Amino acid sequence: MRRCWNTIARLAHAVNLDLTHACPRVYSMYVATTRLLTRREALLAATCFIGVRAGAQKRVEEARALVTEEVATGIHIRRGVDEDVTAHNEDGIANIGFIVGRDAVAVMDPGGSLIDGHRLRATIRRITQLPIKYVVMSHVHPDHVFGAPAFQIDNPQFVGHARLPRALALRGDFYRKRLENALGKEHAGGVVAPTLPVQDHAEIDLGGRVLALTAHGIAHTDCDLSVLDRNTGTLLAADLLFVKRVPSLDGSLRGWLKELAALESVSARRAVPGHGPTGVDWPSGAKDLERYLGTLLRETKEAIRKGMDLEAAVGTVAQSERSRWALFDDYNGHNVTQAFKELEWEQ
Amino acid sequence: MGTVKQSLLATFLTVATLLGAAAAPVAAGPVAAAPAAADDNDAATRASRWQALQKALFGGRSMHDGAGIVKLDAPPRALDAALVPITVDLSTVKPIKGVYVVIDNNPSPLAAHFIFGPKADPHSLKMRVRVDAYTDMHAIAESQDGQLFVATRFVKASGGCSAPAGSDDAAALADIGRMKLHLIGDFVAGKPDQAVLMVRHPNFNGMQMNQITRFYTPPRFIRTIDATYEGGSIFHLDSDISMSTDPVITFGFVPKAKGQLKVVVKDSKDATFDHSFDIPGSGAASGNAAAASRAPGA
Repeated sequence: MRRCWNTIARLAHAVNLDLTHACPRVYSMYVATTRLLTRREALLAATCFIGVRAGAQKRVEEARALVTEEVATGIHIRRGVDEDVTAHNEDGIANIGFIVGRDAVAVMDPGGSLIDGHRLRATIRRITQLPIKYVVMSHVHPDHVFGAPAFQIDNPQFVGHARLPRALALRGDFYRKRLENALGKEHAGGVVAPTLPVQDHAEIDLGGRVLALTAHGIAHTDCDLSVLDRNTGTLLAADLLFVKRVPSLDGSLRGWLKELAALESVSARRAVPGHGPTGVDWPSGAKDLERYLGTLLRETKEAIRKGMDLEAAVGTVAQSERSRWALFDDYNGHNVTQAFKELEWEQ
Repeated sequence: MGTVKQSLLATFLTVATLLGAAAAPVAAGPVAAAPAAADDNDAATRASRWQALQKALFGGRSMHDGAGIVKLDAPPRALDAALVPITVDLSTVKPIKGVYVVIDNNPSPLAAHFIFGPKADPHSLKMRVRVDAYTDMHAIAESQDGQLFVATRFVKASGGCSAPAGSDDAAALADIGRMKLHLIGDFVAGKPDQAVLMVRHPNFNGMQMNQITRFYTPPRFIRTIDATYEGGSIFHLDSDISMSTDPVITFGFVPKAKGQLKVVVKDSKDATFDHSFDIPGSGAASGNAAAASRAPGA
């Protein structure tokens, strides 16, 4: 009966119908279980499919495509807005996109919400009908991965750092609740368990296009995964690289500086940041981030050495960076807090 | 100690029942970081929640406005939900027996209960707590004559990336029980000073089986901290999962010309960690680092 579902899904693709959107009852049935469909459910699915066929064109337009930029041949990136989540931006705040090979498509990242994920999927389908075989989840933060359920219909491998499942288990519910408050239950999306965990290194082949995956040490978070497309010399760094939007530290400051230094020696000519412009030259595009993190390290250490407490440090550390970053006031205090709790134990 | 903790747990269970919250008994096994109603923002809901908590935790004892007696400081927007620094200031108008800190919307609302001993200088307390949602926070001072005085703050959890959950991964456990202590002011014998105590502990609230990722982790958190100076109590603290990972507590005491400050920490796995610090420390490099660790293996 699984085949039955796949047939329905293929039919839907053929007529450019986004079944996840058009027929949510069947979709949720599919998502809720990984078991095979019963005959009754298959019948219901088929009926639903026929029923919505007429309105298909209209509904496709509802899941409107995103504006993407082809930063290198076959690599399409949507620039996230430099904002925090709102109902208006639908948590489309991270740079997300996809890579098209000869035989298959890889998504990275799947988007900040279910609706963001649907839009990314609709965008992919305007450009190619190749199967979506991989959905790479760069790390645990919801603005990158909560759109993953939109791709379950494709039955891809969900790829993530070996520590990602644990991080999702710890934080998924908290993130989901917050996102539901902002976007409403039906648009929020949620956690999809990784099916292909990466320890250290792995490769995935899209046909004539091999992507090299690296699972990093604790840096931006404890589960950062980067992707290198060797064909075009493009590094998809996700949130290991922030440009113009102030970085957010949620792992280890020393660790991030270390991983960033390692990434700078990767042979890539451009990088795609997790936030900011869709592409920057590499490694020169890392300089601003390096300077910010270095300042944060130096000045937090100095505050601790002087016996300053955390409440005082959040108001003084790294203030020279204030005019250089969007959303500085929303995140710098958080970053100082993270740095402080890491560094106060050293000596 | 056992009876104190039992009563804390008992009141907590009553609170959970009264509120019908998704709270779970912290000592009875793995619990989820059940986020209490995140939307409970309107004043009426918050007030009725506090009323229920008051009844459960203090048995309906009358509570006076804390103005002039107790003051609570917390950031209006939490920069990091997992680590919110708070300060409780106490006046000298009334002799104070102890302080309760209640975070209304946390799964386990009673975050801390300090009982001051004869060696304390109970004018100010600082600590770091977790905040699960938008919440009212209360500091309740109990005077020696048994009256209660309350101060209130409203805190918004924010910051796109922070989550209050802790972790019990290998890194968090590697250093468990390590402690540091330093004085804030310059050491002067006989003059009250503030000490900053740091304890390495994941203070992990545990996790129920996650149906998607299949993870399950038992809790491990600090139950009590006892600080003594020259054998007399500075404070006894009953604590819970609302304290941050690696708790940092600032408290006052009056050091003599020479003495030892001892700290004993007990956690939910019945592990005990203790350290002794010489006050002042012999190798004090700066005016602030006036304490030397005497802990074995430290």
